[in-house]
Amino acid sequence: MTPGGTPGAPGVVVVTGVGRYLGAHVAARLAADPRIERVIGVDPAAPGPEFTDLLGRVERIRLDLDSLGGLLADLDVDAVVHLALATAPDPQQGGRSGMKEQNVIGTMQLLAACQRAPRLRKLVVRSSTAAYGASFRDPAVFTEETEPREVPRGGFGRDILDIEGYVRGFRRRRPDVTATVLRFAPFIGSTADTTLTRYLSQPVVPTVFGRDPRLQFVHFDDALEVLHRSIAEDHPGTYNVAGPGVLSLSQAIRRAGRVAVPVWEPGLSGAAALARNLGFGRYGLDQVDLIVHGRVVDTSRLTREYGFTPRSTAVAFDDFIRAHHGGVVVSRDQLAAAEQLVLESIRQVRAAVRERT
Amino acid sequence: MADRSGDQWDRRVASGLAFLRRRLSGQYEVDEFGFDPELTGAIFHPLLRLLYRDWFRTEVTGLEHVPTDGAGLVVGNHSGTVALDALILSAALHDQHPARRYLRLLGADLVFRMPVVSELARKTGGTVACNLDAERLLGNGELVGVFPEGFKGIGKLYSDRYKLQRFGRGGFVSAALRTGTPIVPVAIVGGEEIYPMLADIKPLARLLKLPYFPVTPTFPLLGPLGMVPLPSKWLIEFCPPIPTAHLTDSADDPLVVFNLADQVRETIQQTLHQLLERRPDPFGP
Repeated sequence: MTPGGTPGAPGVVVVTGVGRYLGAHVAARLAADPRIERVIGVDPAAPGPEFTDLLGRVERIRLDLDSLGGLLADLDVDAVVHLALATAPDPQQGGRSGMKEQNVIGTMQLLAACQRAPRLRKLVVRSSTAAYGASFRDPAVFTEETEPREVPRGGFGRDILDIEGYVRGFRRRRPDVTATVLRFAPFIGSTADTTLTRYLSQPVVPTVFGRDPRLQFVHFDDALEVLHRSIAEDHPGTYNVAGPGVLSLSQAIRRAGRVAVPVWEPGLSGAAALARNLGFGRYGLDQVDLIVHGRVVDTSRLTREYGFTPRSTAVAFDDFIRAHHGGVVVSRDQLAAAEQLVLESIRQVRAAVRERT
Repeated sequence: MADRSGDQWDRRVASGLAFLRRRLSGQYEVDEFGFDPELTGAIFHPLLRLLYRDWFRTEVTGLEHVPTDGAGLVVGNHSGTVALDALILSAALHDQHPARRYLRLLGADLVFRMPVVSELARKTGGTVACNLDAERLLGNGELVGVFPEGFKGIGKLYSDRYKLQRFGRGGFVSAALRTGTPIVPVAIVGGEEIYPMLADIKPLARLLKLPYFPVTPTFPLLGPLGMVPLPSKWLIEFCPPIPTAHLTDSADDPLVVFNLADQVRETIQQTLHQLLERRPDPFGP
């Protein structure tokens, strides 16, 4: 096929965003695969000290995405994994405008560099199920073909639509490159640390009055597995990556032993907008839309093409609960004990009444 | 004797408490559409049972026409200012069908726009009326219920009672054709008299962004008391299924779709007339 490469695993892989949790873990996992010769991690900032051990076998280059073009050509790169996305505005990284710069402009620059890389034959881009937007007319389950009915209100959702648009353009210009777009459900697991996991690990969880959205998660380890297979095997196309099955938000909060506090929706949106303007907190309209509308996707294409099914949403969520038992307000055992107590006292009262009559 | 009834009470208390514990600890299953069979069986259906059995004295016939397993598309007439007929139909079907089948209702966007109502609809097995959801449910072998008249049906005046309105674009027929699902027409008599709509205050409806604003003999005159439905006599008849498996290739053929929609509409209209003859007094026993 292409010079120097087997049809399956590529020789030289570039991973963007290795300064972040997902990027660092993907790079480490690819570096541990003997089929892959070199793994080069790219990030504008130096990875944090917590990733130093993890990235031992990864060559790290501090580089902005706009100067990537030379690197891809010089190093004869076969594959690029683009993971450098910001899911929520970070006040230290320039807030929303910094987030958009990184997501949209960063992806444009990366794709421009990829387009000029002669040896490139594989591109894997991280996307999100936020690509389906959120509207009251939405179908209950999104397949990869479902078009969003409304442009999302949240910044991340809009960025995702832009990013996927650029990837479509890239596919047209470089049909010889296998391009894989992975639409991930929110990550969860014992180690995942995202806006949503922080939201769900609070003892008291604000929800929207009169709404009980259906949620889906993907276990972090399963996301790694899918990313790994996307590089090691050939899977062109767009795929939903989520744990089969559904948890409603109220159910998830109860399973985690937390307490839900329903809030009126316009109040919550206003609070989210205010918090964003004041530059504090990472909750935004993306999160509000998720806990109003929920989001469920069909994963049959992933199962069919990858021969891999992520663990179910409920199982992945159980793993999260085990790791975050600190904030539990009401535990399952306490409820069972209370049930026995009430049952026993009713029996005693009734026995006493029966004796007296 | 006293001991045995005592044991029964003990079992009831114990199962009630166990139910409460399961609910509070989230130990129940919800399907991808949000359907919660445990909650539906324990809370919603018992409430609806009081309404359809004791208040409306509903008689159901033709249940043998509803498939025992596999997909089916139940198409009914819509009436009653508030879409109570859909809920009554699903509760009565589940109670009286030998296979205890759940009817998965397809509702208008408006239902899913409203807080609380949207979640009640999802938890009882409903979802948004769109082809994607309809075909997914039918593909899973579910029994799906639709009311193609939509708001034109429930929002019509009392003087137009039991006159079927237009059936829209016939999207329900395409969904059935694409999945080769039999269509089971159902005629519901009794829904028109529960909230007889005498007038529609259109400016108020526009102001509140509702499809209509009803005036009934008791609403808004009696305030919240006007929400109590009048105790009409209900008859529900399921008609013989119309097979569609041989027409799977014609799902996009407007001629086939419109003809089939007309056939369903005619069947329901004729059955309505027959049922009305069987029920001379709308508020009879």
